[in-house]
Amino acid sequence: MMRADNLQKTFNPGTPVENHVLRGMSLTIETGQFVTVIGSNGAGKSTLLNAISGDIQPDSGRLFIDQQDVTRMGAWQRAKLVARVFQDPMAGTCEGLSIEENLALAWQRGEKRGLGLAVKKAQRELFRDKLATLKLGLENRLSDRMGLLSGGQRQAISLLMASLRPSRILLLDEHTAALDPKTAAFVLELTDQIVRDNKLTALMVTHSMRQALDHGDRTVMLHQGQVVLDVSGETRRQMQVADLLSMFEKTRGEVIDDDALLLG
Amino acid sequence: MSVIALMGALEIGLIFALVALGVLISFRILNFPDLTADGSFPLGGAVAATLIAGGHDPYSACAFAMLAGAAAGWTTAWLNVRLNILQLLASILVMIALYSINLRIMGAPNIPLIGEATVFSALIGDDFDRAMTVQPAVLAAIIVLAKLGLDAFFASQAGLAMRATGANPRMARAQGISTDRMVLCGMALSNALIALGGALYVQTQGGADISMGIGTIVVGLAAVIIGETLIPSRKLWVITLATVLGALLYRILIALALNADFIGLAAQDLNLITALLVGFALVLPLIKAKFKRLSGGLAK
Repeated sequence: MMRADNLQKTFNPGTPVENHVLRGMSLTIETGQFVTVIGSNGAGKSTLLNAISGDIQPDSGRLFIDQQDVTRMGAWQRAKLVARVFQDPMAGTCEGLSIEENLALAWQRGEKRGLGLAVKKAQRELFRDKLATLKLGLENRLSDRMGLLSGGQRQAISLLMASLRPSRILLLDEHTAALDPKTAAFVLELTDQIVRDNKLTALMVTHSMRQALDHGDRTVMLHQGQVVLDVSGETRRQMQVADLLSMFEKTRGEVIDDDALLLG
Repeated sequence: MSVIALMGALEIGLIFALVALGVLISFRILNFPDLTADGSFPLGGAVAATLIAGGHDPYSACAFAMLAGAAAGWTTAWLNVRLNILQLLASILVMIALYSINLRIMGAPNIPLIGEATVFSALIGDDFDRAMTVQPAVLAAIIVLAKLGLDAFFASQAGLAMRATGANPRMARAQGISTDRMVLCGMALSNALIALGGALYVQTQGGADISMGIGTIVVGLAAVIIGETLIPSRKLWVITLATVLGALLYRILIALALNADFIGLAAQDLNLITALLVGFALVLPLIKAKFKRLSGGLAK
């Protein structure tokens, strides 16, 4: 269970570029739920994700994961609870390290790291098996440098890394935005599979309303730093992209002019 | 070049291999441009020389020198991660502070160690001629240990976490790695090695001098750059090996240049030669690529 309680965040306060991004953002995600998040640019999607992961600290409000108050914990302190896949394929992995070294880093997410060998034989076997499930032939390239892989391959490995260890919530930050449509479809399918198989609680930010409705079991729309729409269950199953649009316009009393939201 | 000059070059090259390994950790692994070396190298020398001249045994003198170096590196890292001072600036602050601290430790601009017991004394015995071979041999053993030790560390869980910290700090934090702590520890380790270099340097050179640190960082970087240019690799054990060889090669090239009478170079030209060598090492990959293109074109 993840609960965000009235989060406020202003970037560059007191300057001409002051930006009040989160304006009382509240959101509760039950265990096992897969929530998709949409919203126009500047709605606060990424900021919400970064607040949950601990990359930024909210100015006020509280954040709970299960019953634990994590509001003031740094990103590395809550890594045991939070797994994530970044938008940029370069961001989620170390390109200078080998595939198995990257996996070894994720294998110990949130654990104490000592002087024991990082990649032991047993782990190498495990990594090989896990990589084989991706069906990308990467199981034979354990010692290859991450930088040699394509964006899609790297995102697939990022997903694998995020699911190597149990987490209380998985954050997906437009993780297919930088990929070509075919690869994006593959990574999305993989996402569904991994979330389902591991019964993960997940929060996926996406730019596409289609994706938001097709994946997961609940959709929330953010606007100006707040949740303005929250649909799930039968209502959501009946919903089309057009419905989502008109609901948004009704709620806000304005017309969407963000092409990115309409397309895709 | 005479055998004596070659052994001398080897000896100093081995000492600077320690410095180069330290520089490798800060510049390449942690991605932390650190100039503390110019202060932590003489700091190690100052601590070791003062303790040895005060009658302490040379082994614990080396250990204390390393501790002092670690403290210096820790301080630079602390200024950066806790007070958000720019990396380069933080290291410059510590470097100039160390100049005064080193003078305080030594109590004088120099401390002679003639006739004092050093880490080499036990093996040299009464026959001072043996110093020429014993000193490089002992130093080589220390370097091999340091190199293998670093290789083992960087293959460990903590070592991998340190490499991730330098390569992609945001990703490292997302994996639960305290990047701040890694930078603090890595910088301490880096400067401990550099200070050990300083401690061994004063024991081979017969004394400590306050100005012995000038240009340390340039020499260390030169070794790293020469090493990675001549033996480019992504494997860590190859990189550490290349760094050690780079330091040795650098000193031998310097000795050759200074000993070749027909060129007419003298000791005061040392820094000029260093700059030329490093500059050459930096453009070498470019020359190599051009050469490859040319020969590839001919083959067609």
